[in-house]
Amino acid sequence: MPESTNPMLSIEAKGLRKSFRSTVALAGIDLRIESGRILGLIGPNGAGKSTALNAILGLIPYEGELKVLGRDPWTDRDALMRDVCFIADVAVLPRWMTVAQSLDYVDGVHPRFDRAKAEEFLGRTNIKRSSRVRELSKGMVTQLHLALIMAIDARLLILDEPTLGLDILYRKQFYDSLLNDYFDHSRTIVVTTHQVEEVQHILTDLMFINRGKIVLDCTMEAVEARYTELASPPDQAAAARALKPIYERQAFGRTVFLFDSADRAQLAPLGEIRTPNISDLFVAVIGNPTVQEPGSLAA
Amino acid sequence: MSTQSNTMADTASATQDTASSAFPSTRIFAWSVRRELWEYRSTWIAPLAAAGFVMLGFVISLVRISGVHMITNLPPDKQMALRLVPYGIAMAAVTITSVIVGISYCLGTLYNERRDRSILFWKSMPVSDLMTVLAKASVPMIVLPLIAFVVICATQLIMLPLHAATLAARGQDAGSLFVQVPLLRSWLLLFYSLVTLALWYAPIYGWLFMLSSWVKRGPFLWAVLPVVAISVVEQIAFNTSYFVDLVKYRLGGSFHEAFVDFPHHHSMGFQWPTPDPVRFFSSPGLWLGLVVAVFFFGVTVWMRRRREPV
Repeated sequence: MPESTNPMLSIEAKGLRKSFRSTVALAGIDLRIESGRILGLIGPNGAGKSTALNAILGLIPYEGELKVLGRDPWTDRDALMRDVCFIADVAVLPRWMTVAQSLDYVDGVHPRFDRAKAEEFLGRTNIKRSSRVRELSKGMVTQLHLALIMAIDARLLILDEPTLGLDILYRKQFYDSLLNDYFDHSRTIVVTTHQVEEVQHILTDLMFINRGKIVLDCTMEAVEARYTELASPPDQAAAARALKPIYERQAFGRTVFLFDSADRAQLAPLGEIRTPNISDLFVAVIGNPTVQEPGSLAA
Repeated sequence: MSTQSNTMADTASATQDTASSAFPSTRIFAWSVRRELWEYRSTWIAPLAAAGFVMLGFVISLVRISGVHMITNLPPDKQMALRLVPYGIAMAAVTITSVIVGISYCLGTLYNERRDRSILFWKSMPVSDLMTVLAKASVPMIVLPLIAFVVICATQLIMLPLHAATLAARGQDAGSLFVQVPLLRSWLLLFYSLVTLALWYAPIYGWLFMLSSWVKRGPFLWAVLPVVAISVVEQIAFNTSYFVDLVKYRLGGSFHEAFVDFPHHHSMGFQWPTPDPVRFFSSPGLWLGLVVAVFFFGVTVWMRRRREPV
């Protein structure tokens, strides 16, 4: 039995490359994403996040090996789209469509769409069936899109900046709905976002991507085990710095250090110890080229 | 060992489920066409509006008394020709409107979905690019001619009894009108004309589709300017106009090939055009055009697969 048909693997890539003319968007990345995970794919603008997702969704051709739910997303895209759903951007719902038409249409073409579920979700919002998408607020359009997508019994859901430009209430509601009403441990969710701290609590896995390369790939448990944040008072800072932190910053008169695979017992006397949040880790890893090459703790 | 075989059985059944859970392509096609008509409501509003204006003009002409007396004094064939005029105008107005709507649709459909980024939504649905392009191509090729046919038939069906009632109210022979305006015969000719026109224009629609799926801005300019450029180069370089003639021949419509001796000379009085399907379906112009159309639509599918939002 070939490895690529392993039903537990949702996405598997080997040496995935993509370049646009002279620009290398993906410099040969390897991925293994198991079913039932919620992966946060984090990276600065132009890092290759969207390119990676577009390749996974079969929207662009690529070089290298890629299997999504056991299929080649470029050649087998039509079949794949029955099992994969995505929100590629905010506000891509056709503006001329009415809410009722969008329900009719998805019900018409998608064999896995559960209309009652979408209606039930919409019932909890202020969205009227007769409204056109162009008449809805940006937040409502996202709610409608989420209602349509969540009513589809897909095995893989890909969200590329699904909450960009929404206010915090809608953003929070979006991720709460996703976690409570949709995720059931047999599905896989891949999400990219700039609002890292808002997705932190829902992720099971974390991946940083920068300049077309994966610079961090580990589970959230591994993040907690591996990285330690230490806030030292000024008189302890020199001692802490001697233990080779990967990053430091100043906050409220103290120096905050980030340590990779450090001995917590050794750090404890030097200040206050915490698990770093993802955005600090992101700044440390992406903003610091001396960090060791990634992947050592991956899965 | 047993785990291994279980896993294999599960995978097999999962694959089977996936295969059986697909909707039949006819259903996907029907919904894809329906959503085109939702988005481009001009496909049916514009032909209806054209018919409405024809009706308005027709009703005004019925109310005006002058001219009616003149008609009764004319020889029968001239009288018949005059009485057919509004029916012919209805046919021409609705057909021309629907061709214009078709051209505007072809230029816009694949361009607009990239410009408003809704292509990302359509592509998240299990509808292939081939299916999408086929459904869209059916709008100018099948749906618009069908709408035009139904609208024209309905318009004429309303016009005829109004016409007859007006004549009867003035004490004229209304019965002769039903002989002079044979609707069934004209509908058969209309149907034949619309079918041949759609086939004849297929390469034009294909060309517009291809540009609509391809260019980053200004699909109209891309559709027209290369034609002008080629014509100008040919004229200056070789002092010939084969390309212009070719374009004119195509734009001129299918009637030259689809009917015997088209156009008719008015001096000979009114004559119903005689269809010549054998000539039409054996004309190289038709088949070359269809080959070119298939090529353009093929490129369109290829582009839809690869193009990103603009």
